[in-house]
Amino acid sequence: MSRLPPFQRLLEAHSDDVLRFLIASVGRHDADDAFQETFLSALRAYPRLPPGSNLRGWILTIAHHKAMDVHRGRGRRPVPVADPGEHAGRAGRVGAAGAPGRDPDHWDLVRALPQRQREVLTLRYVADLTHAEIATALGCSEEAARRAASDGLKNLRKDVTNVPATA
Amino acid sequence: MSLRPPDLAPGEVAALVARTSGRAAGDGIADVTYALVDSPVGRLVTVATKRGLARIAYELPNGGLDEILDQVAERLSPAIVEAPAALDGVRRELDEYFAGRRRDFGLELDWALVRSPFTKAVLQACARIPFGATSSYREMADAAGSPRAFRAAGSALGSNPLPIVVPCHRVLASGGGLGGYTGGLDTKRALLGIEGIGPAATLDA
Repeated sequence: MSRLPPFQRLLEAHSDDVLRFLIASVGRHDADDAFQETFLSALRAYPRLPPGSNLRGWILTIAHHKAMDVHRGRGRRPVPVADPGEHAGRAGRVGAAGAPGRDPDHWDLVRALPQRQREVLTLRYVADLTHAEIATALGCSEEAARRAASDGLKNLRKDVTNVPATA
Repeated sequence: MSLRPPDLAPGEVAALVARTSGRAAGDGIADVTYALVDSPVGRLVTVATKRGLARIAYELPNGGLDEILDQVAERLSPAIVEAPAALDGVRRELDEYFAGRRRDFGLELDWALVRSPFTKAVLQACARIPFGATSSYREMADAAGSPRAFRAAGSALGSNPLPIVVPCHRVLASGGGLGGYTGGLDTKRALLGIEGIGPAATLDA
């Protein structure tokens, strides 16, 4: 069926992916607001979307734009990225929800990477988009997306010593 | 280097989805809202636009929630979210009706799902049948200005998007038979029973 499904179905189908993506992109503290903004923006545009669109790619692209808005907002704030309030909030919530001694969260390191590398790694490893879909979302070439992913991983390996490299 | 997606806490996403849907409804971004309402005659899907209540569907006889919402998406707008708060008034009046504490509904109605003028005329005539009274397909055709079109009146009532509130269960066959019903004849009998119309008037011909 090529007609647009009821929006609620889209919201429920992609909410896990979008929230994981936003937690990785902007941190837990800002992810809830960015999640709501993502789906409210999507809903405004939804009735005009051509039927048969790649809905998952579309919604993650909107999430990516909302994440950029959060990063831009931080750029204007006095303490960028390493917001102590955010880290305190995350530690508290992860402690409550996850098992103790779990793998350290590398996404805070990813968030400190240059913008393009950060975006590509998040879209690739959290949203599980292909390099072609990432290129569409970011408006760059597929080759540029691949290169940014590879550079990003190299930079992370320099930062992270306690994580085994996987083949 | 392994990058695992972040963990989500149990219930975290469902709560966030509900908050998002609620904002979409409250801020008027969604064109259409819906809520599930439990009733003694099975679960109902209630659907509203900004103008009013547009659809009440018996969930199971109508193919289930997905099929009901697909039809609304196609005919009204796909900008649909689940928003129980937006349909609080509808749920309250339905609860009161089923509990025997309400005879008339005071809900704003949106007739957008009714396309043909004849169907609309029949349904609006039907909406004037008072609680506890019955009418016939022939009388409905007459009220819609086409006395001979009683079969068409039957089809029009069968397509009623707002059963219970537009009381097509009060329309019986001319010979005193029960006629048909969108929610099944057991449901028609149950609704008539709530209104004090006993089996004597509803023997199936």
